[in-house]
Amino acid sequence: MEVAAGGGCGAGPPLLLSESEQQCYSELFARCAGAASGSPGPGPPEATRVAPGTATAAAGPVADLFRASQLPPETLHQITELCGAKRVGYFGPTQFYVALKLIAAAQSGLPVRTESIKCELPLPRFVMSKSDAEIRFGNPAELHGKKVQIPYLTTEKNSLKRMDDEDKQQETPSPTMSPLASPPSSPPHYQRVSLSHGYSKLRSGTEQMQPASYETRQPIGQPEGSSSEGPGSKPLRRQASLIRSFSVERELQDNSINYPDEPWRITEEQREYYVNQFRSLQPDPNSFISGSVAKNFFTKSKLSIPELSYIWELSDADCDGALTLPEFCAAFHLIVARKNGYPLPEGLPPTLQPEYLQAAFPKSKWECAIFDSYSESMPANQQPCDLNRMEKTSVKDMADFPVPTQDATTGDDKQALKSTVTEPLPKDLSEDTATSKDYNSLKARPRSRSYSSTSIEETMKRGEDPPTPPPRPQKTHSRASSLDLNKVFQPSVPATNSGLLPPPPALPPRPCQTQSEPVTEADLHPQLNRAPSQAAESSPAKKDAPHAQPPSKPIRRKFRTENQTTESQEPAAAVGGAASAAVVKPHPTVQKQSSKQKKAIQTAIRKNKEANAVLARLNSELQQQLKEVHQERIALENQLEQLRPVTVL
Amino acid sequence: MAVCIAVIAKENYPLYIRSTPTENELKFHYMVHTSLDVVDEKISAMGKALVDQRELYLGLLYPTEDYKVYDYVTNSKVKFVMVVDSSNTALRDNEIRSMFRKLHNSYTDVMCNPFYNPGDRIQSRAFDNMVTSMMIQVC
Repeated sequence: MEVAAGGGCGAGPPLLLSESEQQCYSELFARCAGAASGSPGPGPPEATRVAPGTATAAAGPVADLFRASQLPPETLHQITELCGAKRVGYFGPTQFYVALKLIAAAQSGLPVRTESIKCELPLPRFVMSKSDAEIRFGNPAELHGKKVQIPYLTTEKNSLKRMDDEDKQQETPSPTMSPLASPPSSPPHYQRVSLSHGYSKLRSGTEQMQPASYETRQPIGQPEGSSSEGPGSKPLRRQASLIRSFSVERELQDNSINYPDEPWRITEEQREYYVNQFRSLQPDPNSFISGSVAKNFFTKSKLSIPELSYIWELSDADCDGALTLPEFCAAFHLIVARKNGYPLPEGLPPTLQPEYLQAAFPKSKWECAIFDSYSESMPANQQPCDLNRMEKTSVKDMADFPVPTQDATTGDDKQALKSTVTEPLPKDLSEDTATSKDYNSLKARPRSRSYSSTSIEETMKRGEDPPTPPPRPQKTHSRASSLDLNKVFQPSVPATNSGLLPPPPALPPRPCQTQSEPVTEADLHPQLNRAPSQAAESSPAKKDAPHAQPPSKPIRRKFRTENQTTESQEPAAAVGGAASAAVVKPHPTVQKQSSKQKKAIQTAIRKNKEANAVLARLNSELQQQLKEVHQERIALENQLEQLRPVTVL
Repeated sequence: MAVCIAVIAKENYPLYIRSTPTENELKFHYMVHTSLDVVDEKISAMGKALVDQRELYLGLLYPTEDYKVYDYVTNSKVKFVMVVDSSNTALRDNEIRSMFRKLHNSYTDVMCNPFYNPGDRIQSRAFDNMVTSMMIQVC
């Protein structure tokens, strides 16, 4: 390299540069020289390497670069002096290289001396501003070639500050969620950082290889290696994003940016992430997150309260003080966008509307197929503005079924769904978990348990709390009837409130032994199902449930149709007595060990108690509904009064 | 029509005041403040026979400008005060009531926001928009 010669102009000491150093330095010099377009002195980048004596790096970019090295100013002065620029009055390549080497030495902790640059040093680290990066990465080949050096140039701590300013101008996201950084000016991190970091690790696998991670961030099939698509859409943003740290939010933001016009569009990844967060707060994806829970959660984002308030206003479409899943996703997305520097919109963007979100992502990937169907059955499609929560959840619950296809729009569909489900075993599993979810949702509504997560990781690990008895009742019973009994009572308990169809204890067989069982089941289910359905007759959707139940029941238990139809009218109050009485009946009929019978009885008693608790809750909810109806009536009466001719003015 | 709209909290401090900036806003503030006395008087007079939606109409008329001040009190003693310029066609009572009902609904929506602490100033943009629409509509 010409530098070794010492050059004609600069009187710096001979430098021995390694290959990488040479590359790096020449690159930097070229940039400093080339960036200052129009300023005096700089020749074309290539020429600088050829004619060291004639080209200079303009002071401006050089000063920026030196400042980017994050060395104290006095050190920089020293370096400038030492490298000879002060003497000659400009930064020739010699001086520049010497300066860079000195910077590297200083950053390594060595004193700024000419001797220190004689030894092997790591490359100097510069915190690049975005404009520098853009220019730097304007050359894709270089990017790949310099992969090794990228870590040095990735955003370190204070880069965020700079980028924030530039972001506002260019509307690119700032890596506010850098897991490495502690940005003083941008919104500080919160627990989400660690989570997002972990999340991004999960998602991307590797943190350091930008093209690879960028790949994973582009599940929609964008070409890999952002640099290769440089000249394409938004090269600046993409390339800038390359050197950003790898946080989920930023990844998500990149994904959003890649949509041509919609930073408000939620990608699949984002959606999944939001859904996971939702479930960490509220295991049942069909239910709401209460206002206080959501407030605690969103407050962790460290956005200001007015902003959060505004975001809530935008996302809570029905203004009921609670967030359903699409509302939650919208709110989360807005928060993410805000943290990345996007100004909040005036109104909820169309892609964040709850209806759109439900339609656009009909199938979110749940861990379990059951959850899948449930999330969709949650079509809070029925989202009247004056949401009666009771209506809402019960509609969702009845909208039900743990079927892979979600489609719970009409009652007929529900029936069709239910009729199509014939496999016993998967149904079992699905129903058990489904009913336990119902139970969760029911419990969640009165907010008897607060899901405000102290730590998000904890809550995510918590998974689904089973307030209900374990989904798989004691399988130890070898006796078929007891097995059926367990399945009868345990799932039926939550199923009563939701109006779900009774789970099919699926093992079809043993008609001889279970003949009496059907009676008890038929007793329980129709009666318990009737209770909620009768209570909520005002809701048209609920009417579907009672209709849906009889037709599907015959499919499940072919030998029980008559029993069900006849017993469908029994009052709910008689359930407890009838159930227990009916329970007792099968036992004597079966000639098995008495111990198992007792166990079965005990489980039945427990189930009944739970059923009672559930019914009590149902009662309270109905009372609430009654109150609301009263209020409606009052409002209507007032309206009527006003419509009367005006008497006084 | 409405030249000034104010939401007064239970403790008689304003949660929200907005007036059309045509004139000295202080004058409107003063009017609202004086109306509070009348409101309190009427509240105490009514005793326990409270209807759900009460409306108090004050026939304050300034000699120079025609202004009418309407009040509307909710169950939680939050008062909505509206000053209307009656140089326009006199508003019918129903219209006033409907305006108050809209105000009340918007206020309820603001309340539903968990980030809103009761007693804070109302900074909801939706509420602002609604109030602006009411104030502009008749001008």
